[in-house]
Amino acid sequence: MSEHSTYTPGNAVEKWLDDRLPIIRFSKEHLMDFPTPKNLNYWWTFGAILVMCLGIQIVTGIILAMHYTPHVSMAFDSVEHIRRDVNGGRMIQSFHAVGASMFFAAVYIHIFRGMYFGSYKAPREILWILGVLIFLLMMATAFMGYVLPWGQMSGWAATVITNIFAAIPVIGTPLLELLRGGFSVGNPTLNRFFSLHYLLPFVIAAVVALHIWALHVPGNNNPIGVDVKDKQRDTLPFHPYYTMKDAFGMVLFLIPFAWFAFFAPDILGHPDNYIEFNSQVTPAHIVPEWYFLPFYAILRAIDFNILFIDSKLGGVIFFGGSILILFFLPWLDTSKVRSGNFRPMFKWFYWLFVVNFVALTYLGAAPAEGIYVVLAKICTAYYFIHFLVILPLLGRIETPRPLPTSISESVLGKAH
Amino acid sequence: MAGVGAAATAWPLINQMNPDASTLALASIEFDVSSIPEGQSVTIMWRGLPVFVRHRTQAEIDEAKAVPLADLKDPETDEQRTKEGHEQWLIMIANCTHLGCVPVGDSGDFDGWFCPCHGSHYDSAGRIRKGPAPKNLVLPPYEFLSDTLVQIG
Amino acid sequence: MLNTKTLLAALALVAGIATPALAQDSHATPAIEKQTWSFAGIFGTYDENQLQRGFQVFREVCSSCHSARLIAFRNLAEEGGPGFSEEQVKALAAEYEVADPTAEGGVRTAVPADRWPSPFATEQDARDANGGALPPDFSVLAKARGVKEEGLWWVLNYFTGYSEGGPDYIHALLNGYHEEAPEEFELAEGKYYNDYFPGHAIGMAPPLSDGQITYEVAEGQAEVPLTVEQYSTDVAAFMMWMAEPHLAGRKQTGFVVLLFLVLFAGLMYATKRRIWQGIEH
Repeated sequence: MSEHSTYTPGNAVEKWLDDRLPIIRFSKEHLMDFPTPKNLNYWWTFGAILVMCLGIQIVTGIILAMHYTPHVSMAFDSVEHIRRDVNGGRMIQSFHAVGASMFFAAVYIHIFRGMYFGSYKAPREILWILGVLIFLLMMATAFMGYVLPWGQMSGWAATVITNIFAAIPVIGTPLLELLRGGFSVGNPTLNRFFSLHYLLPFVIAAVVALHIWALHVPGNNNPIGVDVKDKQRDTLPFHPYYTMKDAFGMVLFLIPFAWFAFFAPDILGHPDNYIEFNSQVTPAHIVPEWYFLPFYAILRAIDFNILFIDSKLGGVIFFGGSILILFFLPWLDTSKVRSGNFRPMFKWFYWLFVVNFVALTYLGAAPAEGIYVVLAKICTAYYFIHFLVILPLLGRIETPRPLPTSISESVLGKAH
Repeated sequence: MAGVGAAATAWPLINQMNPDASTLALASIEFDVSSIPEGQSVTIMWRGLPVFVRHRTQAEIDEAKAVPLADLKDPETDEQRTKEGHEQWLIMIANCTHLGCVPVGDSGDFDGWFCPCHGSHYDSAGRIRKGPAPKNLVLPPYEFLSDTLVQIG
Repeated sequence: MLNTKTLLAALALVAGIATPALAQDSHATPAIEKQTWSFAGIFGTYDENQLQRGFQVFREVCSSCHSARLIAFRNLAEEGGPGFSEEQVKALAAEYEVADPTAEGGVRTAVPADRWPSPFATEQDARDANGGALPPDFSVLAKARGVKEEGLWWVLNYFTGYSEGGPDYIHALLNGYHEEAPEEFELAEGKYYNDYFPGHAIGMAPPLSDGQITYEVAEGQAEVPLTVEQYSTDVAAFMMWMAEPHLAGRKQTGFVVLLFLVLFAGLMYATKRRIWQGIEH
């Protein structure tokens, strides 16, 4: 809110409102006049796409909650009831399920964009931290949501992941029973997951509001990572330039979304989740949803004891560590240059990191046998080395390419 | 174009609140009345509501026909409350039209039903004769498919 | 910005390492042959006649052991399904009895609104009658099974939208019985050898045989072979309908929605270009 507002109330009613709750002034300042760098590329539309995804999940979710029953004897059947009998239920349910996957696809692109262009660097550290917090909340929400249909994967994923807490020394088992509401995953677990799954998206929405606030203090980063020097020359008002571009991006995003939801709604899921949860029968391969696979691979990779820490606890520490380390990224990367466009060495390592992350995704679904075990260890090691060794070093040893003096200078003369 | 898209998207989100297929499947039921002896009533469920199905005796029918319309708070003839050729069958929603309690059969001052909640009396055609209820017991839509099979709803 | 060559090379490296076939059990499961299904692909719909045949197979053979508790009789008259009339469904339902605590004796004749009654009163009864194994419910079984692809071929499935793994597996399973188990294989008492069943020892005896069911063909329609191959295809299609009754409507709506979105995206792009015209960016 560092802008001097140009809003003047158009009529008496507007002035009356503006004196009491300046909501129109606020909207105009932040959604219309906000000066946005003119050189943002399409990777920057994913912020708006994510807001759309959150909206879709909340609307379809509230509707599903009108028809869903969170009791172990009725949950599975109530989801089938939605798919079969509720008007439009098949579509609403598949939009919600596919929507979760699309939400994570978009968030990974958004995060990787931030990592490439140095959007996490000063003065946007809090923005980045809020983002990681949103990511964590998303993971919790998605995890609990997946349990609700009460299929085999739902119940067993809940069992395996809540077991993680049992690894904590001393308080582990009492904590596990507290979380589950019992000795094993059962009705108390399902009910509280439903309650929290309904709650968390609104917590996410609140953190998103903070995230956008934190963004609007310094303003957006841009592909060359050079600060805005002159508002007139370097920026454009958010409306109509970026409202239009974001809207276009959103419609484009809806195309693969709709393709999955209408033509292959179950392809991102697992057939075993169409079998009702049976605590006496463990599926041959317990696999989380694809967006958790990299972290699942890291969790499984630690199958050896480290000093006095047993492998189970070790896995949990690395699993938690792999997400927590993201919070420290602004300080781990020592380079003064933001954008990967001007960091030739960093670029190589960035893409290696991306390939490594994709490899971890694949390995998370592979059986824990043979060569996959070795590869998982290598990829896990690289993940941590990237953050703890490579990024700090690169800032010191890399010679960045010369930066343009300003945004307007860098866009002038570009073929149009 | 955006408007069309928005409307096309919004409609299913609102329509989902309309009764779903499993509810609609029970919107219409068939009932075999031959199991009810003369002078007896049964209460069946239809769309979540209790429904009286009474096999009236000739005496009850005659009594109902003899009531002058001027005596009725909600004037309706007996013919209006039954189907031609099936006058012995009285089919009514079993909620008192005052505040919804289920009246008790074979009681009250008018050879019909009596509602214990606030003292409404209904006659042998289910019409309100005494008490606070404003209307006669409501008739559901029904059709006799044969002499013994009635379709309600 | 994108060093495409490096990216592709790295991906190929990962793919190359990961492609070797996953560890097989000692008796190799042959690859499941994918069938052509009328309901596959963007324009897929169910073949009404096939669904009616499949229903006949289900009713005459499978339903003596397998329940279908999420299927209501009225579903058989719904659009996009086997296409029975309301009267036919009413008559069919009247042949069955359902449990009803409010009815005299605890049972009554079924009406179209009722669900398909289970052949067994309890799960234990079902197990007792089937050597300890529980015949799975058919309602979503076609979606609870799938085909595991080798290496990275499953990536292709995302682009083709392959969702027929269940029917492909069911068809393979029903045709995958052998007279005798292979020599080295120790088959437990009461089990049958099947190529495709995980572990190869299935509790279900081969349920289908040639000529077992007579299909009544309407006048003017082609004869349908009365073989296990035909029966298994038809019942697999019917099972897919049970699992996904709204498939045809979903795909039709999907086509319209996608068309709309593509056109809309085109319009929006044009608008975006117009708004941004003249701006250096």
